[in-house]
Amino acid sequence: MSVAAPARPAGPGGAPRPPVRRGRAVRIGPVSALLRWRQLAVPAAGFAALVLVAALSMGRGDFPIGVGEVLRTLAGLGEGPQEFIVLELRAPRVVVGALVGLALGVSGALFQTFARNPLASPDTLGITTGASVGAVAAIVLSGSTSAGALLGGLGIPLAALLGALATGALLFGLTWRAGVDGYRLVLVGIALWSVGTALTDWLLTNAEIYDAASAYVWITGSLNARTWSDALPLTVAVVVLLPLALAASRVLTLLQFGDDTARGLGVRLAGAQTAVVLLAVGLVAFAVSAAGPITFVALVVPQIAVRLAGGARPPLLASGVLGALLVVGADLVTRTLLPQALPVGILTAAIGAPYLLWLLVRGRRRSTV
Amino acid sequence: MTELLPRARPDAISEERVRLAAEHVRLAYDEQVVVDDLDLELTEGSFTAIVGPNGCGKSTLLKALGRLLRPTSGQVLLDGRAIARTPTREVAKVLGLLPQTPVAPEGLTVGDLVARGRHPHQNWLRQWSRDDEAVVAEALSWTSMSELADRPVDALSGGQRQRAWISMALAQGTDLLLLDEPTTYLDLSHQIDVLDLVGRLHAERGRTVVVVLHDLNLAARYAQRLVAMKDGALVASGTPAEVLTEQLLADVFELEARVITDPVAGSPMVVPVRRLR
Repeated sequence: MSVAAPARPAGPGGAPRPPVRRGRAVRIGPVSALLRWRQLAVPAAGFAALVLVAALSMGRGDFPIGVGEVLRTLAGLGEGPQEFIVLELRAPRVVVGALVGLALGVSGALFQTFARNPLASPDTLGITTGASVGAVAAIVLSGSTSAGALLGGLGIPLAALLGALATGALLFGLTWRAGVDGYRLVLVGIALWSVGTALTDWLLTNAEIYDAASAYVWITGSLNARTWSDALPLTVAVVVLLPLALAASRVLTLLQFGDDTARGLGVRLAGAQTAVVLLAVGLVAFAVSAAGPITFVALVVPQIAVRLAGGARPPLLASGVLGALLVVGADLVTRTLLPQALPVGILTAAIGAPYLLWLLVRGRRRSTV
Repeated sequence: MTELLPRARPDAISEERVRLAAEHVRLAYDEQVVVDDLDLELTEGSFTAIVGPNGCGKSTLLKALGRLLRPTSGQVLLDGRAIARTPTREVAKVLGLLPQTPVAPEGLTVGDLVARGRHPHQNWLRQWSRDDEAVVAEALSWTSMSELADRPVDALSGGQRQRAWISMALAQGTDLLLLDEPTTYLDLSHQIDVLDLVGRLHAERGRTVVVVLHDLNLAARYAQRLVAMKDGALVASGTPAEVLTEQLLADVFELEARVITDPVAGSPMVVPVRRLR
């Protein structure tokens, strides 16, 4: 080695040097983390808004109850008929909506980060379509064939869950080649989506008119007539899968790099990819099973969250909270402001898409604090 | 800071100690064999450049040395232990690598990128310790990137970007460093800039460096040892003067060339005449 560069001074005294990383380092004993206020403020503000919108939603109906009363009732201070109306009639719908939005938001953030592609979401990857195939088959075939009767006997939520999980398994199996390539995942997903759509259409064309109508309502995604028993499986799924997803967050940050870089930094690639895909499929399958395919939430919310919270990838918690806010808010609007009650899935697309477009036009993608 | 300075005394380096070795390695993509029965030993504190024509398997070999590609037969040993059976996190504390065209997610800042280099040393509780911060600050300062720490990586020029990635590899604190064509797409002055940086890592920090390079003159100038490959086999290995002969250039690169002495560095310098055949 004959050429040696002159040693560079550690830094000229002129312009003030930016900090190594923006944010506030918090260190307590062996625990250390970097906190960025926007990444905390967005989920916190989103949660506050969610509580307010949820209370509003539980107050609206044939028997109006004020927000304050609803909150008192939720805190256990309510009485008699109000308690019954809020806790038994209206709360399940709002809770299912919030959990569905949360699961969809987190699932979308997982898929988009993993595939390094903002177009990757359970909608475009065919998983929600798979759930539709399951549900529609259960509705339409239950009267005609013995296999259909079996499927119908499972009930729509279970059939939808199986449809989503089966599609997720297919997606994973067809994408897997000594690892999961994000690009291949999207291509396989789109193929599965079109097969699923064709199957659903075929089932609908052959259906009795009454079955077709109820199947159609399910396909749009609706929170109508949800009860606590609808909320239970989804609650369990969220309680189990959400902490796992948050724990995977550190690895997710590295999966955004190319495979070689991630592995070079010590990520067990195949295991990490498998875990992320399974978590994302699991979350979306239970969400769709509970409320039908409420479209666009998983696609649009993570992109909104990353623009609000800053950073280089969709934040999981903020995506979840904003997803919940979008679904509960959309449900409130469809029930109250619109002349006729529409399924919530129509409105999530109608609200989410323009908002994303507006954020894109404003183009503040780069500003991170 | 000890993690950034693996050895306080560079003279403590034992130059006979083999850090990384390929033993009868056979490398293939699906059915296509790219490298067959290759042996290579890389000793502590060495600076090796792998050269060879396009498609000779040099990048493939580097991938295998960095456990990104599993040999179909034979094995790669890191400090005498089979790299395939060593936990990848442990490997990541000893061996850092820079892929040919690394991609950073959109909007990621330089500081955040370099901080990712600390991943093998962190865990769920320890996400940004004082040590991490000190090492990242020093890695940034060492690569003259401190002032740009707040810039998004995608807003940097090619030369700055490569510095940022080298800074990340530096923050990883490994004493082995594998670089796959780190000068690709850079103009000559930035190529020199990047290689000077790598040279200083080797000379001042005692890093063991393996680099795949296209430019023979730069390889001869910076590396202590050249390894020449052709058609997936190792054809020559030694000092630049031993390897870069007119005969070898004809055999390996199908190039008629004169080899003169680089007037600046004293290393051999290739002056091409024409392509043979």
